[in-house]
Amino acid sequence: MSLTSLVLSVLMIGAVYFFMGQRLITRYRSLGKAKAHSLPHYHGLWAALTSILPGLILLVIWSIGDDFLFKQMVKDFYPTEILSKGTMDQAVVRAKIMNVVEGIAFGTPEPWIQAAGEAWIGWKSTSDLALTVLVIAVSVGSGFYGYRQINPEFRSRNNVERILLWALALSSMVAILTTIGIVLSVLFESIRFFKLVPPQDFLLGLEWNPQFEGAERAGSGGGTATYGMLPMFVGTFLISAIALFVAVPVGLFASIYLAEYATTRVRAVVKPLLEILAGVPTVVYGFFAALTVAPFVKSVGESMGLEVASESALAAGLVMGVMIIPFISSLSDDVINAVPQALRDAAYGLGSTKSETVRQVVLPAALPGIVAAVILAVSRAIGETMIVVMAAGLAANLSFNPLDAVTTVTSQIVTILVGDQEFESAKTLSAFALALILIMITLSLNFLALQVVKKYREQYD
Amino acid sequence: MTDTPKGALSPKEAAKCVAGSIAARNRSESWFQFWGRSAIALALAFLILLFVGILSQGIPGMFQHYVILEVELHKDRLDPQGNMSEDSLYAGDAGGLVNEAIMRALDDPQGRKQKRAARSIMSSGSALRLNHFLKDNLDLIGQTVTVKFAVDDDIDSFLRGFITRETPDADRRINNAVIGFVDKLSADGRISYEFSDYLFTGSASRNAEIAGIKGALVGSIWTLLVCILIAFPLGVGTAIYLEEIAPKNRFTEIIEININNLAAVPSVVFGIMGLAIFIVFFGLPRSIPLVGGIVLALMTLPTIIISSRAAIRAVPPSIRDAALGVGASRMQTIFHHVIPLAMPGILTGTIIGMAQALGETAPLLMIGMVAFIVDVPSGMLEPATALPVQIFMWADFAERMFIQKTSAAIIVLLAFLITMNAGAIILRKKLERRW
Repeated sequence: MSLTSLVLSVLMIGAVYFFMGQRLITRYRSLGKAKAHSLPHYHGLWAALTSILPGLILLVIWSIGDDFLFKQMVKDFYPTEILSKGTMDQAVVRAKIMNVVEGIAFGTPEPWIQAAGEAWIGWKSTSDLALTVLVIAVSVGSGFYGYRQINPEFRSRNNVERILLWALALSSMVAILTTIGIVLSVLFESIRFFKLVPPQDFLLGLEWNPQFEGAERAGSGGGTATYGMLPMFVGTFLISAIALFVAVPVGLFASIYLAEYATTRVRAVVKPLLEILAGVPTVVYGFFAALTVAPFVKSVGESMGLEVASESALAAGLVMGVMIIPFISSLSDDVINAVPQALRDAAYGLGSTKSETVRQVVLPAALPGIVAAVILAVSRAIGETMIVVMAAGLAANLSFNPLDAVTTVTSQIVTILVGDQEFESAKTLSAFALALILIMITLSLNFLALQVVKKYREQYD
Repeated sequence: MTDTPKGALSPKEAAKCVAGSIAARNRSESWFQFWGRSAIALALAFLILLFVGILSQGIPGMFQHYVILEVELHKDRLDPQGNMSEDSLYAGDAGGLVNEAIMRALDDPQGRKQKRAARSIMSSGSALRLNHFLKDNLDLIGQTVTVKFAVDDDIDSFLRGFITRETPDADRRINNAVIGFVDKLSADGRISYEFSDYLFTGSASRNAEIAGIKGALVGSIWTLLVCILIAFPLGVGTAIYLEEIAPKNRFTEIIEININNLAAVPSVVFGIMGLAIFIVFFGLPRSIPLVGGIVLALMTLPTIIISSRAAIRAVPPSIRDAALGVGASRMQTIFHHVIPLAMPGILTGTIIGMAQALGETAPLLMIGMVAFIVDVPSGMLEPATALPVQIFMWADFAERMFIQKTSAAIIVLLAFLITMNAGAIILRKKLERRW
C-alpha cells in the first residue's frame, strides 16, 4: 500500500474508534449506571488517539529506517575492492543500484549491480507489505486497548489533555531541533572541509577559485584550486556598506519625518507604502537590479569616463539598500515613538525648535534602538542572497572599488550548491564552511544588537 | 530677577541673542524637514520606479502575437491508430499539417530557403497545440478549421519592434525573407495580438513564446500547502506552550533565544540545512515540494510563533479566569476561549508568514527545486519548481522575449503577495478586538 493510503487507513481506523468510544460511553450513560467522568468526545478521542499515535509513530520510524537498513544490507553484494575504496565510490555504486531499482537504465549495468538492485526491490516489497500489516495491526490493537479502558470512571479528559500537553511541548522543541540541525549540518561538513583545506588558508587566503577543483583531481593541470575566503568577505562587506549607505540615511530620515512631522493622514498612507518595499520578494529586486539598475549605473559611469563592470557592486548594493530601507525605518519608527512625550515637551518648553528637539533629545534617547536596528540591517544585508546572485556576479575580485564586479559569500554558496554536487569534494564542502562563517557573523550581529538594546536602553516610567 | 549673577545675560540681551539666532535656527529646521521629506520621496520614487519597470515590461509580456491559419483536421494523419491516445497523437503528423497550412497561407513558397523561412515563423509548440485543439473539438475532425498558433519568439520580437528592419540582414535574428512573409501575413489580417494563453497554461520551456508558469504555480501551491500544514500547528502549538503552559525557567528561555536566532538566520542557510539533513541524510528525493515545504515551514516558524504569542498575550486574563471559574480545565480554557479570541492575530501572522514563504527563492535553489521540469507536478512527491524560482531561471535566459515573460510572472507573483497581505490587513481590521 502506498504511504498516503496507509496514513489514510490509520486515520480511518482512528475515526472508527472515536465513534465507538463515544457510543460506548453514551450507552453507559443512557443505562443510568453512573455519571461519566469525562464528556463523551473525550472518551472517543482517547480511543482514537491510542489507535492513531502508535500506528503513525511506527510508520514514520519504519519508513525512515528501512533505507538505512537496505544500504547496509546491499553491501553484501559489493565486490571486496569497492568496499575497500572510499565513501565516494560507494556513493557512485549506490546510485547505480538505485537506478536499477527505479528502472532507469543507462546501458547494461554490471551483473552484481543488477542483482543488488533486484534484491533491493525484493526487500522493498517485503518491507512494504510487512509495514502495511504491522501498522494496521498496531493501530487496531492499541486502539482496542484504549477502547477497553473506557468506562464511566475512566479519566479520559485528563489522559487526552496530557497527550495534548506533550504535543504542545514537543512542538516548541522544533525550534531547538532546527537550530541544532542547522549547526550540526554546517559544522560536520565544515570540519571535513578543514581537514582538506587548512583553516588558515581558508580564513586568510586572498584567492578564491574552486573551479579548478575538477581539473586538479583529474590531474590535468591548468591551475590549482584555492579556497581563500577574503575576496568574498570583502565583496560582501563592500555591497553591504553601499546598501547601508543608502538605507541608513533614507530610512532614518523617513522614520523621523513620519514619527515627528507627518500628519496622521500622511503617515497612514506612507507607512504601508514603505512596507510594500519590504514585502517585494528578493528575486524581484534581483531581476530589477540586473535588468534596470546595473545597465543604468554602467551607462552613467561610462558617460563620466569611468570603467564600470556590467555587474557592479554598486548596482547590487543600491538595490539592496532600497530593500533594507523599510527594515530600518520601521524599527527606528518604533523606538522613536517609544521616547516619552514628556522629553519633547520639556525641550519645547525650553524654547527648542522641533528639529533641535529631535536632534538633541529624541535621537540621543532613541540611539540604542536605532543602533540595534542598523546592526540588524547589516546582518540582513550580509545574509541577502538573491540580489547578489542575480546582480553581483561571480568574479572573486579582491577589490574595494564599488564599480568592479565582486562576489559575496551567499552567491558563492548558491553557485556551488545549485545543481548536482559530490559531497566528497573540497569545492562542495567549502560552501558549508562559508555557511558556517555566515551563521557565525549573523548570529553575533544579532547578539550584539540585543546587548546594545539591553545595556543602553533608557527606562522611562 | 533684579540682581543678575555675573556673566549671565540680562533678559533684554538674551532676547536679542535669541532673536539674532532665530533665523538660522528656523533655516536649519526647514532644512531638516526638507531632508525628511526627500528621504520619503526617494524611497517612494524607488517603489514607483520598481513597479513601473515591472509593469511596463510585464503587461506586454502577458500578451503575444498569434498567426491565424486554416488547418485541415485530417483524421488519419493526426491520429494514425484511431484511438486518440497520447501515443497515437504523438505518432501523428500534426506538425506536417501545420506546415502545410502556413505554406498555403503564404501561397506555397518555392525553394528550400523560402520554405525554411516560412516554417521559422511558427512556434515549435504548434503541433502540440493542434493536438490539444483536436482533443477539445472532436466533432470538427475531417473539416478545415481556423486555428490560432503562437508565432516564434523572434517573430514576436520583430512585431513588437525590438528587431528592426533597419538592421542589416546578416545581423538580424530573422532574415528579409521571413520579414516579407510576416508582412504578407499581417496584410492578410492573419496576425493577431492578444492575451497569451500560454502564460497560465504552458509549462517551462526554452521557447519564450510557449513558456508558461502553470507548473511553477502548481509547484508553489504544493510547497505552500506542505509549509502551512507543518508551520501552522507547530507555530501555534509553540506559542500556546510558551504563553500559557510553560513555566518561566531556563529551558523556556533557551527556546525563546532559539526562536529569535532562527528569525535572524539567512534564508539560504535553511536551504543548506534542508540539503544536508533531508536530502543527504534522510535520502529524500531532490526537487520535491515536500522538502521545499518543510524547509520553508522551518523558516517561517519564527514569524508565526512571534505573532501568535502576541495575539495570545493580548487576550485579557479575565477571559481565562472566567473559564477556569466555571470549571473548565486548563486545556479547555485555552482551546475553547483563548485561541478562538486570538485567532485573528494568529491568522494574520500565518498569512504574512506564508507570503514570505511564497516569495522565497534561495532555500529552494539549495534543495534542487531549480530543475527544468516540464510536467505539472501532481503531488508533493513529484519534482517541481516554484514561481520565484521560475522567475530566477527565466531571468537568466538570454532571449529578448523572456524579459517580458519574466516580468509577467513577477506581476502574477506580486498579485498573489498583495492579495495575501491585503487579506491579512482586512482580517486584522475586521476581526481584531480591543479589550
